[in-house]
Amino acid sequence: MNRYPAWKYLVLIAVLVIGAIYAAPNLFGDDPSVQVSSARGFELDPALTEVAADVLGEQEIAPRDTTFEPERLLLRFGDPEQQLRAADALREGLGDAYVVALNLAPATPGWLEALGAEPMVLGLDLQGGVHFLMEVDMDAARSARLEAFVDDIRNLLRDERIRYRSVRREGETLVAELRTPEDRDEALAQITGELPELELEAADGVETFNIRATVLPEVMVEMQQTALQQNITTLRNRVNELGVAEPIIQQQGADRIVVQLPGVQDTAEAKRILGATATLEYRAVDEENDPFEAQRTGRIPPRSQLFFDREGTPILLSRSKIATGDELLNAAAGFDQTSGSPMVSVTLDGGAARRMLNFTTENVGNRMAVVFIERRPETRIVDGEEVREMREVQEVISVAVVREPFGRRFQTTGLDGAREASQLALLLRAGALAAPVEIIEERTVGPSLGRDNIDQGFRSVIIGFCLVLVLMAIYYRVFGLVANLALTVNLVLIVAMLSMLGATLTLPGIAGIVLTVGMAVDANVLIFERIKEELRLGNSPQSSIRAGYEKAFSTIADANVTTLIAALVLFMFGTGPVKGFAVTLSIGIVTSMFTAIFGTRGVVNLIYGRKKKLAALSI
Amino acid sequence: MDIIRNDTKIDFMGRRKIALLFSAVLILVSIGSLVTRGLEFGLDFTGGTLIEVNYPEAPDLGDVRGALDLAGYTDYTVQTFGTSRDIVVRLPADQAAEAGADISTQVLDALSESAAGIEMRRVEFVGPQVGEELAEQGGLAMLYALAGILLYVSFRFQWRFAVGAVAALVHDVLIVVGMISLFRINFDLTVVAALLAVVGYSLNDTIVVYDRLRENFRIKRKGTAIELTNLSINQMLSRTVMTSMTTLLVLIALFYFGGEIIHAFAYTLIVGVIVGTYSSIFVASNAAILLGVSKQDLMPVVKEGEDQPDTEVLPARFRNN
Repeated sequence: MNRYPAWKYLVLIAVLVIGAIYAAPNLFGDDPSVQVSSARGFELDPALTEVAADVLGEQEIAPRDTTFEPERLLLRFGDPEQQLRAADALREGLGDAYVVALNLAPATPGWLEALGAEPMVLGLDLQGGVHFLMEVDMDAARSARLEAFVDDIRNLLRDERIRYRSVRREGETLVAELRTPEDRDEALAQITGELPELELEAADGVETFNIRATVLPEVMVEMQQTALQQNITTLRNRVNELGVAEPIIQQQGADRIVVQLPGVQDTAEAKRILGATATLEYRAVDEENDPFEAQRTGRIPPRSQLFFDREGTPILLSRSKIATGDELLNAAAGFDQTSGSPMVSVTLDGGAARRMLNFTTENVGNRMAVVFIERRPETRIVDGEEVREMREVQEVISVAVVREPFGRRFQTTGLDGAREASQLALLLRAGALAAPVEIIEERTVGPSLGRDNIDQGFRSVIIGFCLVLVLMAIYYRVFGLVANLALTVNLVLIVAMLSMLGATLTLPGIAGIVLTVGMAVDANVLIFERIKEELRLGNSPQSSIRAGYEKAFSTIADANVTTLIAALVLFMFGTGPVKGFAVTLSIGIVTSMFTAIFGTRGVVNLIYGRKKKLAALSI
Repeated sequence: MDIIRNDTKIDFMGRRKIALLFSAVLILVSIGSLVTRGLEFGLDFTGGTLIEVNYPEAPDLGDVRGALDLAGYTDYTVQTFGTSRDIVVRLPADQAAEAGADISTQVLDALSESAAGIEMRRVEFVGPQVGEELAEQGGLAMLYALAGILLYVSFRFQWRFAVGAVAALVHDVLIVVGMISLFRINFDLTVVAALLAVVGYSLNDTIVVYDRLRENFRIKRKGTAIELTNLSINQMLSRTVMTSMTTLLVLIALFYFGGEIIHAFAYTLIVGVIVGTYSSIFVASNAAILLGVSKQDLMPVVKEGEDQPDTEVLPARFRNN
């Protein structure tokens, strides 16, 4: 007798149901939708939902569904025509602070979504888009940082009136030459106090008294990480401007950034925007003239310039700059240690620090503003044709009163909550000089090729799958049909696993599925051949079934483990698409073991297990 | 229905000298081709730029070249890809040195000026630093996979089998790479992935035969190593053929319907499956026997207090001697 205890059937049914649920979202396709997000990567205000509804209401467009998330507002529409009209209306109605992008949102029913079931993510080779691998020039970032330290030491010595012969960089070390041992000791003490990032050592020359300084390794590591993060932040802002629905911007290794932009075809445009830089300027506020008056009359005082903040409020700022973005070393959000209120701490380099000190010493009680300047691509319709141009956008992002004189390091407080602090810090960092980046790999797939890849990929899966089904059914008859059932379930399980893991399906990934289909039947072939062999030896059908499954098991396990080793190695070393192949192959091996052994046995037991007098097997 | 009867008695081992000669010839041809023709390394490894464009009507390749000459490019290749309307332009890494990633944009501009309505299908730009890394990673992956397999097979079977299995793998990989060289298949990352899949597949076949060999060594009282090897291969022959057939079926589907990009991948696997099937029959067992595998090697060591070995556990009706 070949029977499974009830719990084994329960396990089978449970796996089948879970597999079906998590594979199901892939059947529902996409809704044409419009995605609204902040142009600066900020979190959205929930009130935006109503603003958008009003804008659409005026145009008499009704979204089918609206989902608010802090990162984005997603509006689904019945058809692509409505989607386009809605996107135009929202672009017009919401203004520059928001990015409006066309998206295809998965049309997963709510009850499936509630279970966390989502469709597979399609790789760029399937949906079209751009993949960039960018490398941050860390050598340049290191030398810039070292040069900044040279300036800092010079300024410090000058400010403290310590006479020095020279301060210079020698490779990775900084050398300060002083004239007397007293000067050297004084300088040593001053630098130790002011620049804790440096490790100092007295190293006297022939006629001079020297200090050799090296930057602490952890400071350098942190600097590199900051340089990378800063680039990622800047790239994120740029990508937002491209209006890409689901971009991926990720760190890869110590100095690389992966940028994936699904749906983008104009790579020239993408490269230009990713390469564009933002900067910022610290300027004094003109307290003597009325900005509203200036805006109204158009008469702007000669030493001032008219700017606007995000709300459009005018403000007059001095024409001369105190500091610019490339002199800003770091900006971080945090909390003030004494008051506990949110603040942004800023670090400037030596030159800017001196100008800042001069300005603040004379201007305690006056205001200082930060202007954020960026070149933003604009698409305008001129005479019915799309015209693309870069527009320089200047915006005052912070105005603060100078409380006391400061130079290198200072804090901006009085911010409206931690969120505003982090937004300001993000903007300051984006405007600071980033280490140069270079595109070292580009892979762009046009939309037509993406579509071809999907079509051809699925066609080859289906054709290969059907060929195997036919061969198995002809060759093993009833047992072949059982194996085919297992193979079908296996395919569902692979899709379910891929969806659950949030893995990206690529063309090589589809190839992995095709290969798995071919190889998954191997376990059944092994078992069935063994059963035939046992029958031929004159054993009863029931004991042949049992012996077939039992004896084939270790062979199947050994064979699959070795394939799994190859797949895992591929996963560890592979990049991008090759990884996709490794993932589907590994998942396929595991699920096929389950369906081909455990699953088919259950079905075979149901068909033959209870028959006491079984004369022959249809195999 | 039996395509191949389960009780065939083909004397595979008797033909092992011929098989050895056949393998030797294949390997020599492969090495010869690798030495004289080398591999056509793809963009992934050499670095450089590839641009695939689709023309509304099949363009004259001379015109395409003319447009590129006019734009000042020198060392490029222009080929059709799949259909006569799809054109692939390849530029070596040094041409991209100055322009960097912008070169693809410039080439696309140059082509767009020469003909109307062309559509960008695909752009790949790989900087030289990336190419070197990918080549290194590919090589390392192959070595690690072989080492991992060697360890696993030694652990599950015995070192002679492990060496036999790896010999078969090296044999397979060498011949497949040789065929890639001989037929001028573009050797890119997907081919490396396919080679690793070939390693997995070929091993799968080898392990299945070894497994049977181990079982026969343990339960059969009579017979020399060669006789038992022959028996095992014959017993597994229908399975070997059946699985190779299903795998080949899906690979052929992939080759003909999967599109141009997946061609090299499918080709590599098809050659790999054929060579892998052959090698699991003739090479893997042969190598193990040449290394002197004997019954004693596979007899489980009986320790006191441990379970009885398989020979005793198996009910009498399962034994066929």
